[in-house]
Amino acid sequence: MNTSAVQLQAPDEATRERALSAGLWAFLVVVTSLFSLFLTAYVMRLSSPDATAVEMPRQLWISTSVLILGSLMMHRRQLNAGGACAMGFLVAQWWAWQALQAEHVVLTGNPAASFFYLLTALHGLHVAGGLVAWANVQASPTPGRIAMCARYWDYLLMLWIVLFAAFTWITPEVARVICGVSP
Amino acid sequence: MAYVIPTRPDDESHHAPQSFWTRYVWSQDHKVIAVQYGCTAIAVGLVGLVLSNLMRLQLGFPGEFAFINAERYYQFVTMHGMIMVIYLLTALFLGGFGNYLIPLMVGARDMVFPYLNMLSFWFYLLSVVVLIASFFVPGGPTGAGWTLYPPQAILPGTPGHDWGIIVMLVSLLIFIVAATMGGLNYVTTVLQARCEGMTLLRMPLSVWGIFTATILALLAFPALFVSGVMMLFDKVLGTSFFMPSLVSMGQLSAHQGGSPLLFQHLFWFFGHPEVYIVALPAFGIVSDLISVHARKAIFGYRTMVWAIVAIGGLSFVVWAHHMFVSGMNPYFGFFFATSTLIIAVPTAIKVYNWLLTLWRGDIHLSVPMLFALAFMLTFLLGGLTGLFLGNVSVDIPLSGTYFVVAHFHMVMGVAPLLVVFGGIYHWFPKITGRMLDDRLGHLHFWVTFLGTYAIFFPMHYLGLLGMPRRYHHFTDYEFIPASAHAFNAWITVIALIVGAVQLVFVFNLLWSAFRGRKAGPNPWQAASLEWATPETPPAHGNWGRDLPVVHRWAYAYSVPGAPRDFIAQDAPSKDGGAEPAYGGSP
Amino acid sequence: MAIAVVLFIVVLASLLFHWLTPWWVTPLASNWGRMDQTLWITFLITGIFFAVVSLVLVWTLWRYRHRAGHKAAYEPDNPRLERWLIGITTVGIVGLLAPGLVVYADYVRPPKDALVLEVVGEQWQWRFRFEGADGRLGGTDARFISAENPFGLDPTDARGLDDILVSGNEVHMPLNRPVHVLARSNDVLHDFYVPPFRARMNIVPGQVSSFWFTPTVAGRYESMCAQLCGVGHPNMRGIVVVEPEPAFRAWLGQQGTFTAALAAAAAAKAKAPAGGNPLVDQGRALAGAKGCVACHSIDGRTIVGPTWKGLFGKMETMDDGTTARVDEDYLRNFIRNPTARSVKGYPPVMPKVELTDPELDALIAYIKALAPQ
Repeated sequence: MNTSAVQLQAPDEATRERALSAGLWAFLVVVTSLFSLFLTAYVMRLSSPDATAVEMPRQLWISTSVLILGSLMMHRRQLNAGGACAMGFLVAQWWAWQALQAEHVVLTGNPAASFFYLLTALHGLHVAGGLVAWANVQASPTPGRIAMCARYWDYLLMLWIVLFAAFTWITPEVARVICGVSP
Repeated sequence: MAYVIPTRPDDESHHAPQSFWTRYVWSQDHKVIAVQYGCTAIAVGLVGLVLSNLMRLQLGFPGEFAFINAERYYQFVTMHGMIMVIYLLTALFLGGFGNYLIPLMVGARDMVFPYLNMLSFWFYLLSVVVLIASFFVPGGPTGAGWTLYPPQAILPGTPGHDWGIIVMLVSLLIFIVAATMGGLNYVTTVLQARCEGMTLLRMPLSVWGIFTATILALLAFPALFVSGVMMLFDKVLGTSFFMPSLVSMGQLSAHQGGSPLLFQHLFWFFGHPEVYIVALPAFGIVSDLISVHARKAIFGYRTMVWAIVAIGGLSFVVWAHHMFVSGMNPYFGFFFATSTLIIAVPTAIKVYNWLLTLWRGDIHLSVPMLFALAFMLTFLLGGLTGLFLGNVSVDIPLSGTYFVVAHFHMVMGVAPLLVVFGGIYHWFPKITGRMLDDRLGHLHFWVTFLGTYAIFFPMHYLGLLGMPRRYHHFTDYEFIPASAHAFNAWITVIALIVGAVQLVFVFNLLWSAFRGRKAGPNPWQAASLEWATPETPPAHGNWGRDLPVVHRWAYAYSVPGAPRDFIAQDAPSKDGGAEPAYGGSP
Repeated sequence: MAIAVVLFIVVLASLLFHWLTPWWVTPLASNWGRMDQTLWITFLITGIFFAVVSLVLVWTLWRYRHRAGHKAAYEPDNPRLERWLIGITTVGIVGLLAPGLVVYADYVRPPKDALVLEVVGEQWQWRFRFEGADGRLGGTDARFISAENPFGLDPTDARGLDDILVSGNEVHMPLNRPVHVLARSNDVLHDFYVPPFRARMNIVPGQVSSFWFTPTVAGRYESMCAQLCGVGHPNMRGIVVVEPEPAFRAWLGQQGTFTAALAAAAAAKAKAPAGGNPLVDQGRALAGAKGCVACHSIDGRTIVGPTWKGLFGKMETMDDGTTARVDEDYLRNFIRNPTARSVKGYPPVMPKVELTDPELDALIAYIKALAPQ
């Protein structure tokens, strides 16, 4: 067979975006699995006697607001603003870490603190990964790709709210009730 | 390997590679990536094989090889296990077979994310390099067993507790990134890139097995990631996720409050689906091998799909059968014994269906078929011994003994590996356009099958006797008779022979790739789509100008009234061979 | 056709091996005969499935082998047959699971009147503790663990003062009385495994795990560790002696209590050798702090490694037959690089212990002081 005349058709943009969208959904399932497992470990570990509740620094309200703003911006196709808000979120999270360090809440010694740093770090890494994709989308900002950014931003926002709620409401006392451990 | 390069390459995602580097090294072509995965996996598997032979030298002839001291023995045990399970079997089934077969079997030009696919291989290679590097760090590799249980893995008394465990965990984290990148590709390609007419229920079982295993991998590897990151934190940063208050070698540790059982739950939440990540592709592939070489449709295709999916789903609720004697809440034992024995039902159905495929078939005893038959026997045995261990009260005296070692080697080491070999003999002509040498294939088959059976079948009885696993020596035990020691020596000899014959296989691969008898485009007269490419080996883009259109399932063998004993999947609709009607379109 | 013949032979040989095997469960020495019965039921049911499926396979290979003119049938499915097979399999599964769970229901409920035995695992030896006259075990914590108090008993807990402590890897128990084993670890995961008793459980640091059994046959049994716990794992061996109640009582009476152990430690401290030599005193403290005394005794008995009593100055034989005099250089090299040589008769499991040079000098001075001058 003479293949010298064969020209392979590139997939059109619609097909490509359908594939990217499906891939993104699959990735979100993986991330959900990851954080669900972490949260299960969090509850199990917090039920031991050496855990004490950590008071959430007020900077987290700022970072949460910035993240909400970021999602809103993404939904309005404001790619740059959305990205800036994600960066702002990371800065605010870093600020929150500094505030906790100043209160002598360190990584070791209290599993509630260990989990706080670990989970916010991993969430932050996923936000940073989103910014890498965002930089790619900047090169060809089609509505479909911006919509996918919005989806990812929304997901990380929802995940952050779940984590924030867990840190605030699933205290060692609550964890002990869940695990059936007598106080 | 010949790649035909179109003279007018198109846009970047289907840009036919031009230079040596873009064709064979930085390739985004799924076929090249598959071969890269396969070669790397086989190479690291040979390292794992050598390690097992070293272990056997110590067990068969204790004390004769002074350099295999206790420290090294446990390092070999650990590296052998981790290499074989993760870096060989998982990488080979998903990255090797998955990458090669999925696009071809579903009629796609390539995976949907070729760049990500390429990255996934290089991350995998990096993880292998990091793993091998653990042999060269101070203290050597970790000797904590492939299960890496804390607290011992990061405490003095266990080899590699300083550096080896860190390198191992880092390597695993890199592997998980690679597996996730590959997994996203396989799943999305199966869901999105099937050609016209290729419904999900017309895909061959090889694809179903690999697809389901990929979903398991995407959901289960995060558990290993979680446990690995938390153990790294405990080791490097002093947290106490898994480390309770303890005194090690006279020193009160700085840790407190952590739970070693938390690690085990997380590890086995990954670890049990992991064995199905290895087994399900094997189930799928062997179904196709049996069907093609017996010229008969796989019996009960829909039931086989249901069984694969059911096994995949159930695999997430059986994990603590690895922990019956762990010291966890004993009442969990009731649940996990029940779920484990339930999973035996769809598994047994698959065994019956393979047998029923052969029944009234036209059985050609080619080398792939030989391996498939040996799989059936060894998987039957290995699966049945799983029922001993899954039944909690029977497991209590058998856990931690050679019964467990024999079981998992038979069901995960021997059986799937026989499918790997069978699959390679089967698809080698597709990949290279040449046949593997038949006589060497027979030699490889007989020695491997009979040798591994002779090693692992009697080993179950050593476990019944009560010989514990992970022992560097067994001197002066009143309850262990001399025959057991003699048997250990015999196993070692057989293992060395089986190891040596794998070199025959490697030689066959290399020699036949260049000098093997030329195969036509479809030497096995198979019906599935991967055999219908215009070129053999398939060119970049697989299908030439037009994608295939499919009119039937992949198992139209020996259809009554048909001119030949198979009807290709993409043959015109008027040729018949439609899949059985199931009351409603698939 | 070779494959059909070979498979047939392999299946037959496997069944034959099962009947003729020299390796079978050790003779039962406890009440858990029902575990053995469930094992037998499992062998029976799985054996039938194995034989039937594999012999049908062999028959099929022969009957339907490819030959000229032979064609395969077209039979893509048979839902009725599938349902039957699912049904039969389910019956088989239930037949296995039901007895297993019934036995397990007893396993998780130890009898109330059982004798409590605490097993303490530590790299790489066993210790045991019995309740004293008060019928209660004292509390423990890792921070109390020391060379004088290897059980980690809380000295302020009155319940522990009369606890009977047994070191040295050998424990006795009375015949025909249920034993409720409470298992603890000072360091890593272990598992107290005595095959003739059938019952066993992993030992997890930071918690107490338990199991129970009734020893029914008097005798001496080998106990082993069955959860990989480091390089000394295969060396973590012990003896369990099952004897009639009066003999057990006599043995128990000879073991010391926690109170006695505390007193002995205080007395030993009072008349410490070479009292007044600060280097030796520092060495003695280090021997405790660094865990040397876990494996090296100072009174002549062998724990894991050679005793330090009389060690300095003697001729030691290595595994390879060579001999060496135990002088300062020998000790220095051995402690710095414990796996470089292996002393005959001892397992090569000594870990590398972190010591500064001055600390090493002190330790050597202490070891020297334990030998006759």
